[in-house]
Amino acid sequence: MNATTNATANETVNADTATKTPLLELKDVSTVVNAHTANETKILNGLNLTVYPSDFITVLGSNGAGKSTLFNVIGGNLNADEGDVLLHGKSIKRESEEQRTRFLARVFQDPKLGTAPRMTVAENLLLASKRGQRRGLVPRGLRKHLDEYKAMASTMNNNLENRLNTATGSLSGGQRQALSFLMAVESKPELLLLDEHTAALDPKTSQQLMTATNDRIAADHLTCLMITHRLEDALKYGNRLIVLNAGKITFDVRGEEKKQLTREQLFNFFEDL
Amino acid sequence: MSLITSAIGQGLLWAVLGLGLFLTFRILDFPDMTVEGTFPLGAATAVALIYRGMNPLLATLCAFLVGMVAGLITGLLYTKGRIPILLAGILVMTAAYSVNLRIMGRANLSLLGKSSLFKNDFLASLPQYFDSVFVGLVVIIVVTLLLVFFLNTNLGQAFIATGDNPTMARSIGIKTDRMTIMGLMISNGMIAMGGALVAQNNGYADVNMGIGIIVIALASIIIGEVAFGDLSLTQRLVAVTLGSILYRFVLLIVLQLNFSANDLNLLSAIILAICLLLPRFRKFFHFDRLIERSVRDERNN
Repeated sequence: MNATTNATANETVNADTATKTPLLELKDVSTVVNAHTANETKILNGLNLTVYPSDFITVLGSNGAGKSTLFNVIGGNLNADEGDVLLHGKSIKRESEEQRTRFLARVFQDPKLGTAPRMTVAENLLLASKRGQRRGLVPRGLRKHLDEYKAMASTMNNNLENRLNTATGSLSGGQRQALSFLMAVESKPELLLLDEHTAALDPKTSQQLMTATNDRIAADHLTCLMITHRLEDALKYGNRLIVLNAGKITFDVRGEEKKQLTREQLFNFFEDL
Repeated sequence: MSLITSAIGQGLLWAVLGLGLFLTFRILDFPDMTVEGTFPLGAATAVALIYRGMNPLLATLCAFLVGMVAGLITGLLYTKGRIPILLAGILVMTAAYSVNLRIMGRANLSLLGKSSLFKNDFLASLPQYFDSVFVGLVVIIVVTLLLVFFLNTNLGQAFIATGDNPTMARSIGIKTDRMTIMGLMISNGMIAMGGALVAQNNGYADVNMGIGIIVIALASIIIGEVAFGDLSLTQRLVAVTLGSILYRFVLLIVLQLNFSANDLNLLSAIILAICLLLPRFRKFFHFDRLIERSVRDERNN
């Protein structure tokens, strides 16, 4: 399967996406480690990616392909050494991680990273509802949000709604990751980054969270990039699938063509890399 | 009786230090050595200003502000300068020693014949030692109420989250460096104010009065936690004050055993070490979850 022909095919298949204005653009982005030494390597190597509103893109790639680096460049944890990152056509390359939270939310692989362990579930949800906003000397008003949080938590189908006043540290891994996910989506971010967010969970819990994720993204028309190592998930969810290899996007399918793609085809493609 | 009153008064005055240190030690989750410098800094500032004729209340507020500046410097060294927090604190603490000598012009400055927060007609009408109980009580109530209010605001919650999980805090847009600096400033401001109060109560400021302060402040936090178990955040703040008073009682008992005041730092360290070791013995004594307390609020608000 050839990446370039695929990309051209997509432009015609998805004429409607092509007319939309892009939400996020990465233009010739490169990141260099060990610059100016003999070990100089490019993790991202002239990567180009255009994300349209309501895209749900699954991101595949072997270890070291640059998936996490891609997310870090979008999220602002890492600056692109070359190229530019645009949001609604404006460069956000110089914005800090904190500044980018006004449009971006992220769920990490490790459930421990996404929540404050000594604060309660409700307190965590309240904190995240103020994503990217000014936090002033105003009483937090937790109580008046409790019903809303209960309803929100019950959509995760894992009893989280009955543990709103429990410290997050004493939740199960599945509940904690479900909370991380809720915290990421509750303020309806323009862009959602899921970094293997179900990988640390057992198969059943993982499946549950993946279903809830998909429902929520569909219901709120969220724009999302999801890194995964599970080919099944990459095929089943989303309207677009990209494969990263050696810091570049080597495969990019969407819409009907993605639906036609089989596990075998994808697997063979990986074999050929 | 008067010994007990005195211990309560001292406990209340010194509780300001425990509350100040609580913000960094328990909420931001690191030990801030700056306090060993800011305590005498607050004392020196207030005493020097009163000595030159300033109103004692105003002088105490100035001590608070000067303490905040010390906290700001530690905060900048730690967050922007990436100097480890222990070292950043020690640097500022060491520098403060010289600053304190500059402020006072000598190693020891007495308030003899000068006014202070403890000298007015109303306090003079109270029985012996009740002046420090009264002043301490007023200060602690005001400080505790302000802290409870602050920690339950959106800003306060962002501050707590910063100490709890900085990665997560940043990922939801909390400026963690700013929160850390703010915490260090408020904390050191309070500790300098504590120094100003203690110095006025003693009637003098001494450049060496900061030695061992962090142990005393920690003792009130830890004793409060050991004595009162699992509490909400608001209750934990009150427990710090009660811990500070309990600590004074323990000292009182120990001094009754004919130890000299010179042994005070040794005794303070031993008391704190025992309290810190208690959880290790919990299998024998069933002291469950005494120290691994959280900033969690069991109630909803």
